[in-house]
Amino acid sequence: MLKGRVWKFGDDVDTDVIIPAKYLRSVDQTIWPKHVLEGLDPSFSSRVKPGDIIVAGKNFGCGSSREQAALAIKWAGVAAVVAESFARIFFRNAINNGLPLVECRGVSKAVEEGEVIEVDLDRSEVRTKKETLRSVPLPPFLQEIVNSGGLVEYYKAKKKVH
Amino acid sequence: MGSTAVEKIISRSAGRSVQVGEFVEVPVDFAYFHDGTGPLIVDALAKMGVEKIIDPDRVGIVFDHSVPPFNDQAATLQAKVRKFARAQGISRFHDLGEGICHQVIPEKGYVSPGTIVIGADSHSCTLGCFGLFSSGVGATDLAYILATGGTWLKVPETLKVECMGALKGKVSSKDLILEIVKMVGTDGATYKALEFCGEAVRQMSQSSRMTMSNMAVEMGAKTGFMEADSKTFEFLGRTGPVFRTDSPVETMAVDAGSLDPKVACPGSVANVKSVSEVEGTPIDQAFLGSCTNGRYEDLFEAAKIIKGKKVHRDTRFIVIAASKAIQLEAQRNGLMDIFQEAGAIIGVTGCGPCLGVHMGVLGENEVCVSTSNRNFIGRMGHPKSLVYLASAQTVAASAAEGKITDPRRFA
Repeated sequence: MLKGRVWKFGDDVDTDVIIPAKYLRSVDQTIWPKHVLEGLDPSFSSRVKPGDIIVAGKNFGCGSSREQAALAIKWAGVAAVVAESFARIFFRNAINNGLPLVECRGVSKAVEEGEVIEVDLDRSEVRTKKETLRSVPLPPFLQEIVNSGGLVEYYKAKKKVH
Repeated sequence: MGSTAVEKIISRSAGRSVQVGEFVEVPVDFAYFHDGTGPLIVDALAKMGVEKIIDPDRVGIVFDHSVPPFNDQAATLQAKVRKFARAQGISRFHDLGEGICHQVIPEKGYVSPGTIVIGADSHSCTLGCFGLFSSGVGATDLAYILATGGTWLKVPETLKVECMGALKGKVSSKDLILEIVKMVGTDGATYKALEFCGEAVRQMSQSSRMTMSNMAVEMGAKTGFMEADSKTFEFLGRTGPVFRTDSPVETMAVDAGSLDPKVACPGSVANVKSVSEVEGTPIDQAFLGSCTNGRYEDLFEAAKIIKGKKVHRDTRFIVIAASKAIQLEAQRNGLMDIFQEAGAIIGVTGCGPCLGVHMGVLGENEVCVSTSNRNFIGRMGHPKSLVYLASAQTVAASAAEGKITDPRRFA
């Protein structure tokens, strides 16, 4: 169970605002979390605390396939992203890197900026100060990748060849 | 009952009949990536402990994002991927100056209709117009394909878009796809396969088809599928099985014959208006190029408009071919002379300014009209810069006038 303070964002948060391309070509990967979500809130990276939770509208992570978008959010200490829906490549990248994503209809209206919510991955619930919302459980196949700790670990455990 | 073309392609690869909604692990026929996603792929393989990838002949690498590298970091990262390509014996490795991956891979005939192709770039959906299933993933997913030869997929539903009538005059497939993005929305096709069909699609060139499939991801789609035909085979220099959807699917229709030139206004690709509604908006930059519209026919149509005229004094006009092959053909046929005599700047083939890191980065409050595919906040530079997406014809007309201009004003 995750419990954390909420940062709210709107619909269609794209990977260019999560991490602009100008920071991607860097040998030093530690710069990515320092610029996370800079396109929407330049002060976010300095104010976000480990364990905080991002709550957003529909189509979170749309745009480019840059995996640095998921990594920047994770390395900034964000415990989970809860959104109305996710763009598919970002969704895969987050699963592959062990960043918990929770698809939850109605969450953007039910939650206020700064409130503390509980995200219960086992029970597929998001608990706000007002109500408990059902979230969409991960399909068992993806849960297996998450349980392995990401796709790299999943590969090491299985070493399947096609 | 029947099934969708995409179901049939995935079934063929899986070796059994698959259905929409199913999670499957399937072999991937061809995988490709570029210098942007490459470094994290090399890192992921190292973490997996993979010393030799499974089949270097099913892999393509094209350096297109930083051409040539714009700083020491980009150069260092490219050197890492170059070393990897050589160590793994990847012969389909195209270093700086060959073009954009989504153009070079089909141009070289590396892919076949009826197959599964995965690219580590979101615009890998472009190749769906060759009658195959092609989709974009991130670096770790691509590394997994290199390690195992396969990937996991959720078999997508199909959303068919029937494009009725034929495109007319200076209205291109870019205007058509912008109209479709407006109808479908930025997430209306999430997790789905878009399938473009109808008279307009049948009549248009393979290059125009690529423009449409390229933007499938801007609606959240996994791929932008089109049935293969003789134009497809000619472009690829090879044939393959033709798969058709013969089951009932969600379908929407668009009248291509009655379209006027379109523009996606800043902030969202779905913020589409007729050019006539925003005509006269002053621009600082016009960009003709990218994996969306950097093909020969785009350069040709743009050159027809700008020939004998001058780029407006307050506007810079940047022209970049999507591949070296296109660049050479354009040079041979005098198109590059037309652009340069008009005052345009010709860039090295590659992604150019589309991703906002070099070769035409926008400053604060600057406005660009671009043939590329994204107009997100800060996409091409400063967070306060603005990007309008349009066709090659609209961009050329706007470059001449220094403001957004309907290309139908030009003979």
